[in-house]
Amino acid sequence: MKLELKWRGIIIAVVILLAIFYIGPSLTEDLPGVWKNYAKKIHLGLDLRGGTHLLLRVKAEEAVQNAVGQMAGDLKDILLKEKVRFVSLEAKGREVEVTLLNPAQEGDLMDLVNRHYPDLEPVATTEAQGRLRIRFILSPKEADRIKENAVKQALETIRNRLDPQGVKELDIIAQGADRILIQLPGIEDVERAKQMIKRVALLEFKIVDREHSLEEALRGKVPKGSEILYTSELDPRTGKRRRGSPILVKKQTLLTGDMLDRARVEFDQFGNPRIAISFNSKGAKLFDRIASANVGKELAIILDGTVYSHPVIRQRHYGGNAVIEGRFTLDEARDLAVVLKAGSLPAPVEIEEERTVGPSLGRDSIRAGLISMIVGMTAVVLFMAFYYQAAGLVADFVLLLNVLLIMAVMASLRATLTLPGIAGIILTIGMAVDANVLIFERVREELRAGKTFRAALDAGYSRAFLTIIDANVTTFIAGVVLFQFGTGPIRGFAVTLCIGIAASLFTAVFVSRTIFDYFLIQRKVAKIRI
Amino acid sequence: MEFIRPDVNINFMGRRWIAIGLSLLVILIAIASLLYHRGPRYGIDFAGGLLVQVRFQQPTTAAQIREAFRGTDLPQPIVQHAWEIGEKGQHEYIIRLDLRKGTPEALTQAVRKALVSHFGSNALEVRRVEMVGPKVGRDLRVKGIKSIIFALIGILIYISWRFEFKFACGAVLALIHDVMITIGAFSITNKEINLPIVAAFLAIIGYSLNDTIVVYDRIRENRKKYRRMPFTDVINRSINETLSRTILTSGTTLLVVVALFFLGGGVIHDFAFALLVGILVGTYSSIFIASPVVIFWQGRKERKGKGVPQAA
Repeated sequence: MKLELKWRGIIIAVVILLAIFYIGPSLTEDLPGVWKNYAKKIHLGLDLRGGTHLLLRVKAEEAVQNAVGQMAGDLKDILLKEKVRFVSLEAKGREVEVTLLNPAQEGDLMDLVNRHYPDLEPVATTEAQGRLRIRFILSPKEADRIKENAVKQALETIRNRLDPQGVKELDIIAQGADRILIQLPGIEDVERAKQMIKRVALLEFKIVDREHSLEEALRGKVPKGSEILYTSELDPRTGKRRRGSPILVKKQTLLTGDMLDRARVEFDQFGNPRIAISFNSKGAKLFDRIASANVGKELAIILDGTVYSHPVIRQRHYGGNAVIEGRFTLDEARDLAVVLKAGSLPAPVEIEEERTVGPSLGRDSIRAGLISMIVGMTAVVLFMAFYYQAAGLVADFVLLLNVLLIMAVMASLRATLTLPGIAGIILTIGMAVDANVLIFERVREELRAGKTFRAALDAGYSRAFLTIIDANVTTFIAGVVLFQFGTGPIRGFAVTLCIGIAASLFTAVFVSRTIFDYFLIQRKVAKIRI
Repeated sequence: MEFIRPDVNINFMGRRWIAIGLSLLVILIAIASLLYHRGPRYGIDFAGGLLVQVRFQQPTTAAQIREAFRGTDLPQPIVQHAWEIGEKGQHEYIIRLDLRKGTPEALTQAVRKALVSHFGSNALEVRRVEMVGPKVGRDLRVKGIKSIIFALIGILIYISWRFEFKFACGAVLALIHDVMITIGAFSITNKEINLPIVAAFLAIIGYSLNDTIVVYDRIRENRKKYRRMPFTDVINRSINETLSRTILTSGTTLLVVVALFFLGGGVIHDFAFALLVGILVGTYSSIFIASPVVIFWQGRKERKGKGVPQAA
């Protein structure tokens, strides 16, 4: 019995030492480096340390439709080359619709589509006025794959934009099928970060169409193969960008930003910021080929559908270097360079949820949480000591140990402490004494039934134990469900609740019993006031 | 020291009809309030919307803030002084907008701009922004309801396994009773239901269950001990024997919840309110609701001629 008591004492001592080890860095900075390497500070949620939480939805369907559009464009070239003649060929959503001139060529079309685009499945064939119209649809499997890739790629791109050096501690994770969750601690300019995240940053190079009249086009007669785009202007009054003058460009995209190698801010002779970009070797070759074929024409540099500049091509070789001018502010130019370098988003994103907490509110929340924790705990501690006297002091000791353990486990698991999490700890304080109340009330009952203190204590602990288990398991179930379905701060609540239950089973049953046994066996105390 | 004398013997079950009547009345009031308000008042977490918490350097009135919105094409905001939700900042306001017009994020930006251009950027500090799009709101609502249902099912299974199915039914009915009344209290006081409130509901479920199980456990024990005693008397005896513990635990938990309610600050305030109501109602229900349900179940069985109740 004595030995067993000793072992229990050792277990408790080890647990307490471990707890102090893990909690140390959260209490003071002044610790040896080895210690701080193994135990980290408690991780505070954004609601406590300030920061922004953003939930984005990737409009992945657009990536699918873009892919289908691309296929339709390429299919046109293939059919022309293979002399399969068609009246029209269009992409509509996930479908490609081909109308053949000669119905006899149906077999050829099917063969070509099957060979080049096995993911396009024929859905319907209709015949009207001697012409055959065939509709193909992208297979759902391929569509899902494109969507999945789009989300993955968007996630990587956004990470590169927000953290080009890869040094910040950012939480960017995919959530569900098409959502991305971003946690930005301690950010100063939320709006600027949002602009950087949201920008699709599709950089395109197209040739300006000067062969047709812009006036005609504006009146509705847009020539086939061309489109009207607008330049962007800086409104000197508001400092905001607005739509500038119209310009007619050829629809065909000659080059995009995917072959971009570098993008940085430089200044022109007037000191205005502009963005210098350079292509990788493949892009540089393509760029020169385009330049040689279009000397004397204007090259429109288009970002997200807006024409930024349209310089005249004067030479055949540019070495893969180009400049984007657009009366940028310095911040704008800097952000744009980062965004261009990180690459374009495969599909537009939409911010569906934003939660920003300023650092001052976070500090206030921590203070309010601590004050209510101290007040609530003091009230409970005083009450227990008053009501159960010596036994109450034991309960108080294990209660304090309980709070220490919750914090230590949080720190060691690197779990996030949120404001609802603090509320969870405070709630646990109220409920943790329950186990001791159950035991003590039972001991009192047994004492009234005439048992000796030792016997009453034994009976109290063994009888109350099952009740405590049953009562705690059910609360634990609620906590686990909450963790499963909860998001953000709510998860923090679930975590502290569950850890609190586990800790209170250990402290209120095991530790408190050991303390009683120590007094009864080791110190030969006959009776403890309860 | 003792609050409850050990020989206490209150005939709880004899008054069960009064208690059930009272509960039904309160639930009816809750439902009436919900009908009157057309369902629970969902906060922005569930309804979608925009919330901006702003602290001003100078004394500012709600009317001045509304003024800032007048010149813009923004919808009229609901402006609330932050002390209404327990924040002590003197010139601090909470501004809410619904998202019917425009995209949510354009709105966030527009609100910031409207405030800064009206008051100047140094006169105020935006302390908190919460924007929830309608789609996310719907998702969160579904998740919230699912979490409560799954928790209830999990508990039903566990209690059925540890006790008997009829006990599980009693416990779950008591939990539904508690949550209903707490939702009613939110509706009557016109408080919003947000994500943390759903967490509070689950905490209430956990807590109330804790209470119920302690009583059930004693019933199970006493049924073995007093085999000849009528079932109703066994229940009465069990409730009386555990009464002291029930009052004490509720008391200590209420102590900390009251501390949270008054000192916890804005976000925690409503959360603590839910717990306050829930713990009071939960304590009551584990005495007056959870056990009578078991009696009704048992009574039905006996009337069907299945004989004396069997020990679990």
